[in-house]
Amino acid sequence: MAALAHLRRGFVQIAFVVLGIAIINFFLLRLAPGDAAQVMAGEAGSATPEYMAALRRQFGLDQPLHVQFFSYLKNVLTLNLGYSFRQGLPVSELIAHRVGPTLLLMGASIGFAITVGGTLGFLAARHAGKAADTIISILALLFYATPVFWVGVMLVVVFSVALDWLPVGGMITIEAGHTGLAYAWDVAQHLVLPTLTLGLFYLAIYTRLMRASMLEVYGQDFVRTARAKGVRAHRIAVRHVLRNALLPIVTTLGVQLGSVLGGAILVETVFSWPGLGRLAFEALFQRDLNLLLGILFCSSIVVVLINLAVDVIYTLLDPRISLGGTP
Amino acid sequence: MSEPVLQVRRLNVGFASRGRVTPAVRDLSFSVKAGETLAIVGESGSGKSLTAFALLGLVPPPGVVSGEAIALEGRNLIGLPEKRLREVRGARIAMIFQEPMTALNPVLTIGEQIMEVILEHERVSPRAAKARALELLAQVRIPDAERRFHDYPHRLSGGMRQRVVIAMALACAPAVLVADEPTTALDVTIQAQILDLIDTLKREHGTAVVLITHDLGVVAEHADRVLVLYAGRKVEERAARDLFAAPLHPYTRGLIAARPRLGGRGAVRARLTEIPGTVPGLAAMPDGCAFAPRCPVAEAACTLALPPLVPAGTGSVACLRVGDIHAAEPERLSVVHA
Repeated sequence: MAALAHLRRGFVQIAFVVLGIAIINFFLLRLAPGDAAQVMAGEAGSATPEYMAALRRQFGLDQPLHVQFFSYLKNVLTLNLGYSFRQGLPVSELIAHRVGPTLLLMGASIGFAITVGGTLGFLAARHAGKAADTIISILALLFYATPVFWVGVMLVVVFSVALDWLPVGGMITIEAGHTGLAYAWDVAQHLVLPTLTLGLFYLAIYTRLMRASMLEVYGQDFVRTARAKGVRAHRIAVRHVLRNALLPIVTTLGVQLGSVLGGAILVETVFSWPGLGRLAFEALFQRDLNLLLGILFCSSIVVVLINLAVDVIYTLLDPRISLGGTP
Repeated sequence: MSEPVLQVRRLNVGFASRGRVTPAVRDLSFSVKAGETLAIVGESGSGKSLTAFALLGLVPPPGVVSGEAIALEGRNLIGLPEKRLREVRGARIAMIFQEPMTALNPVLTIGEQIMEVILEHERVSPRAAKARALELLAQVRIPDAERRFHDYPHRLSGGMRQRVVIAMALACAPAVLVADEPTTALDVTIQAQILDLIDTLKREHGTAVVLITHDLGVVAEHADRVLVLYAGRKVEERAARDLFAAPLHPYTRGLIAARPRLGGRGAVRARLTEIPGTVPGLAAMPDGCAFAPRCPVAEAACTLALPPLVPAGTGSVACLRVGDIHAAEPERLSVVHA
């Protein structure tokens, strides 16, 4: 099977890419001044040089850089992400706790952005040049230009503080102790504002992209053929134009998921969402390099896997593209 | 022969910009009977493709179509609402395009695309539509139709794709088939096959064919009548045989002289003659005959007023000098008046 061969080759590539990312991350983070020992000593208020030396010895920070690097490399290759001395927990355990909420937030935001943005873009292209198009385009521009953190704060002010419809932050109502469906409903309510905040920017992008992509396909010869065949306008839009217009959307989706993860940091901080983004943010300030490297390593795997999935989606959308080389 | 199935009267197509319409096709009238092939010939920019699109109501904005009538089986398509027009397109009048490589949707199988026409116009079950599509694939001589039915366009050669486009066009047995340079994008060997196929299907179904082309070789072999378009106006329209035997309009004569021909045995290959100059731009159309600036026999009167179309033999011609040309070549005149 060509597809299986492609996937196998894909996984080999992924291994190299991820390893490369891990190595770059390692050296990049060493460029930042200060280390965990300094931060901890600083928080303690006063610390003797002996105490700092002891901390460094304990964390392995007193070793020469190349020794640290090779031990890190060995750990990565054995999928051992190390230990967070700051949090007093294995990195893998910390990440396992936080990855779920982040994926939930990302999935909901992207899902929202693609479905609503795609629909709006579709409608704008169907009514290009008319009032509906103008309104949608202006809205998209507005969402595109508004800073994410401002949207987040404003949504909280309106829907949580003033109207009291939705919770201010967090993922669950801690004191309620919901289970089952009630728990899911509780999480869903907490999810609304962060999803909107993170999703509106991407919604704007997908609206514009879908509109432009549809209009481009509308100009192609086979659409004229469909018209000459007497196919009704709605069917031309859905059957002939939409499917061909989806390819650029999928491409952009693959490229953007990395940046969605970056955006998640901001949104998770604003809404105290217990996700990876906030964990990475804290780890960065605490110079908790083991944890930070672990998070970066895991996110790179997620992004690369998603891009592999995009390749597969391509083949479903466009019969001209086949996995495993030339058709 | 019978009544014409398509009658075009004083068709005008122009492009609107800043409240003004620049005409591209002017006062064009012609008609086609069932089973007849009318070739519309002209250089690039003469308005022949635009005429083809106007027949199906597919002139893209800012194009504007006006005129007395495009009467298809007695029904005027000019001014018909889009909904009614859509019902006619693909069913009573269909079109074959210049570029078979891009005329088919890459993400739908050819079977789906042929079935689409049938399902859009007729109340038949998908099964019946599929059976008809398979039949059509066989009719346009696509081997192994059953298997090809599920193929995507990119798996087919240009010639095969054009056959699929023809199958789509003939799916609902239209009264008129408009073929816009159907073979320009194809290999020479395939060109003849496609044109022969169109001829055969035309005879079998009694379809009227409007063949848009700039290739006079194609015209000579496949057309019953020829309409020569210059700068958006008809300059000559006559039975193909007569036109080739004795072209009347200086422009037609130029076109025929500019054709590459195989020389006789041992003949020195002469340099091709050409018509000097280019077609005038739409905005800078001269007052009189549009061809006058390039015409070898033009005189002062030609630039003053538009020459009217006058009957000539099996058709008509629009040239003030046509009588003088005849006088100079009496042996050809006899053919005209035969």
